[in-house]
Amino acid sequence: MEFLNSFILITNYIIFPGLTYGSQLALGALGITIVYTVLRFSNFAHGEFMSFGTMSTIILTWVFLDSNIKFGTFPTAIIVLPLSIIFTIIYCLLVDKFVFKFYRQQKSKSVIALIVSIGVMFFTGGLIRFIIGPGDKNFMDGERFILKAKDFKMLTGFDEGLTIKSTQGVTIILTIILVVLLFWFLNKTKTGKSMRAYSDNQELALLSGINPERIVVITWIITGTLACVAGTLYGLDKSYKPFTYLHLVLPIFAAAIVGGVGNPIGAIIGGFVISFSELLITFAYKKFFFYILTDNFLPNGLLQILSTDYKIAVSFIILVLVLLIKPTGIYKGKIIE
Amino acid sequence: MYLLHGKNITCGYDTDDILSECTVGVEKGKIASIVGPNGAGKSTAMKSIFGLLKIRLGKIFLDNEDITNLLPQERVLKGMGYVPQTNNIFPTLSVQENLEMGAFIQNEDFSDILDYVYDLFPVLKEKRNQQAGELSGGQRQQVAVGRALMTKPKVLMLDEPSAGVSPIVMESLFQKIVEIAQQGTAVLMVEQNAKQALEISDLGFVLNQGKNLYTDTGKALLSNKKVRQAFLGG
Amino acid sequence: MQDKQHIILLFLSMFILIAFVGFFQSWNLALTIFNLCIISSIMSLGINIQWGNAGIVNFGVMGFAALGGLANIIVSMPPTAKAWDAGAIYILFGIVIFISSIIFSILVWLKSGLSKKKKYIINFLLIILGYFLMRYIIDSPIKAIEAIEPAKTGYLGGLDLPVIISWPIGGLLAAFIAYFIGKISLGLRSDYLAIATLGISEIIIYILKNEDWLSRGVKNVNGLPRPVPYEIDLQSEPWVLELTKFFNIPVSEISSIIVKLSYSCIFLVILIGILLLLEIAQKSPWGRMMRAIRDNEVSANAMGKDIKTRHLQVFVIGSAIIGIAGAMLTTLDGQFTPVTYQPLRFTFLIWIMVIIGGSGNNFGSIIGGFLIWFFWVQSEPLGLWFISQITTHISDANIIKSHLLENAAHIRLIFMGMILLITLRFAPKGLIPEVKR
Repeated sequence: MEFLNSFILITNYIIFPGLTYGSQLALGALGITIVYTVLRFSNFAHGEFMSFGTMSTIILTWVFLDSNIKFGTFPTAIIVLPLSIIFTIIYCLLVDKFVFKFYRQQKSKSVIALIVSIGVMFFTGGLIRFIIGPGDKNFMDGERFILKAKDFKMLTGFDEGLTIKSTQGVTIILTIILVVLLFWFLNKTKTGKSMRAYSDNQELALLSGINPERIVVITWIITGTLACVAGTLYGLDKSYKPFTYLHLVLPIFAAAIVGGVGNPIGAIIGGFVISFSELLITFAYKKFFFYILTDNFLPNGLLQILSTDYKIAVSFIILVLVLLIKPTGIYKGKIIE
Repeated sequence: MYLLHGKNITCGYDTDDILSECTVGVEKGKIASIVGPNGAGKSTAMKSIFGLLKIRLGKIFLDNEDITNLLPQERVLKGMGYVPQTNNIFPTLSVQENLEMGAFIQNEDFSDILDYVYDLFPVLKEKRNQQAGELSGGQRQQVAVGRALMTKPKVLMLDEPSAGVSPIVMESLFQKIVEIAQQGTAVLMVEQNAKQALEISDLGFVLNQGKNLYTDTGKALLSNKKVRQAFLGG
Repeated sequence: MQDKQHIILLFLSMFILIAFVGFFQSWNLALTIFNLCIISSIMSLGINIQWGNAGIVNFGVMGFAALGGLANIIVSMPPTAKAWDAGAIYILFGIVIFISSIIFSILVWLKSGLSKKKKYIINFLLIILGYFLMRYIIDSPIKAIEAIEPAKTGYLGGLDLPVIISWPIGGLLAAFIAYFIGKISLGLRSDYLAIATLGISEIIIYILKNEDWLSRGVKNVNGLPRPVPYEIDLQSEPWVLELTKFFNIPVSEISSIIVKLSYSCIFLVILIGILLLLEIAQKSPWGRMMRAIRDNEVSANAMGKDIKTRHLQVFVIGSAIIGIAGAMLTTLDGQFTPVTYQPLRFTFLIWIMVIIGGSGNNFGSIIGGFLIWFFWVQSEPLGLWFISQITTHISDANIIKSHLLENAAHIRLIFMGMILLITLRFAPKGLIPEVKR
């Protein structure tokens, strides 16, 4: 019984939040990885693309709620998601047309494209703040919980409660759907295969008759979709503030690199490695041991490896360690010069 | 009558001509090799015939049709297959996917050609689901050739097919090339290993400094004393 | 000659721009902008020597600037006597233990003949052991120190030395950390290096934000000493009162102008000093070698190990310059506030300055620092003006107009992004292109 309580505690505070945050990071990292392998640069503007997608979702949610369009207890944000995905894709394509395309045609070094992406980051960040303002926005509506701690305790009789937030459920389900779709697309469709071929060997892809401009468009469609969904899910789960999305770009890069940049499976695994390390390292294990040890053995203090203040720093520490020890990541990624 | 005919090609980078008035070609179902010392313009000749380099003067014909101004992709559609010397596979794609990419341009069913390639290179069928980048050098070369065959080309162009593979592998690769030619596909290749290449060739072009030096059957060139002394190491 | 005229013209226009602020807004503001322009230029010089001369992408400006700020505390604040009684020495001891565990594991990594797997396990255990030993030693003294008058001190304090010493110390501190960062990460390719340095700088900020015993964390350290007189003291000086009468402006304003002018003078001396040193270095064989490496890393590789050493030298020197500028900035602010260190303002803005000014040209970096800082500050009112101009015909009650006016300040991000993108596209060499020597 006591053992089960400690297990519920871990599920409640580590497994569900870890899966949720990990999914959000994984979706973000997938976007970065795909741009990196196909278009061959590190896109620092990706966080802002996510922010743009979230902003579109928020504005559309407001419009829907204003016109009294509701879907029971289902979050409106998820209903409007397809529309905001389209907006995000259009924005990505416009940015590509007016900015990135030029450097691709010039065959610029990837570091130049990286600096260019910082310009895009500034511009997009400014545009977003100009449109929606810098403040905190909460746009989660509908039923907040799938399972409430109180109900769980009543149902099972455990001391420890288990909560499942709706946002957690939605995040995990949507991530699974998107990832399955993405892998189906990349591995089973002709277009997806040609995209991988293009990222493998551009010259040969050209010789095989693969149209590079089409690949670029598809890349941005995928990236825009992933960015919009990742951003919206993160914003639903926590809250939306343009400022936080700028800082999100680093944990996302961390996830992509830890998994091995250029490898989609790596990006997903990297996302979960980052999220679970953050939680495991900053979790206060006192209550956990309270359940499984007798009072005499219970040590003082919170039993925390690192204070919660360092939560996000954990991802940076892992990032730096991976870069130093094994820059190719867990799954050997692609190295592009 | 050449099936593929590069006639009096003059081309080069900037103003320096690498090829001047160079003529090469191959007949249907035959093998032709371009040989010569380093810097003779062999690879340049291949690239210009396939349209990867713009030519200044001269014409290129395929089946009597002037294809001088077509893009490489368009030449593929007209029936040319090209295997570059390096980076000639998609390393993270599986063997089968590599072959499928070869048939990318075609919209029709290509399962019969796939079977043909697998018959030609049985080892590829065995490793169809493996990543091409994980294969050995010789097997990768087979993937590259197989990929180019997927469009059922009238002419297959090979740029140094034996580069980086062992002599034994090279021998079996050349054997496959002979088989390909016997099936009716013309093969035009550039080879560093001139002797072995000429042995299987119906026609040989010896280039030097961008010009045709000798043009004759493979056998004749092999027995030509001057050619042997100058280019085949005696 | 054309080049010199071009440079002089650019600087002249810059001073005219600042003078405009003086005439139309206030001289106080003009001097505030001017001082921060100088600091920005010094930071740009630091990045320029790394990126412009050696092609190193350092996205860790924020971290090095903050280390310079930390030097202010360590050097100039009075020590907290009770903290040293509460066991400050144990904290240092604990940190030494942790660091030695890391050094020891590096030694194991390099010297021992064990298999890779065993090395991983041993190193992991060593570092974990070192970490928990450190935590065991430092946790209770940290608690004790942070409990000492938390509203006022609650940290170690400093050495009570003149604050100006903290500038070179800030440079040294940044150089010291940069040495280790460079040692481990300069082998990475450019975009990984960018991400690694950005990550490390974030870690530095996190430490400064959360280790209250060191920097008071988010409670900030206020009232840092100054190298120049205080306004209050100036206001009773007879010569200041004379000036007040002469210019016919209030004494509070004139005293503040004098303070700012004194800063400007010190800062200018430092800027010119650093500029001269960098120019000499660039013209020396060392500088030529640097550029040779940047332009042709492959053939320079033939020279072997030398590249790594040279890159490390440049990385350390550039970071030290940023550290000095960071220390100056904190002194100018008079307080150390870790939350203000944002990559947008401290890292990416400096990069924009270097690119706009002209990568590889020191004068370019300075003009870039001036110009971009000027517009960073001024684009806020500019944005507001712009929005109110285009919305003049809309009534004030209109909700869109009020929303636009409210968010007009954020136009500056759009503006900065545009400047960077336009420069990269149409004038990638910047305002003052690199001189081919």
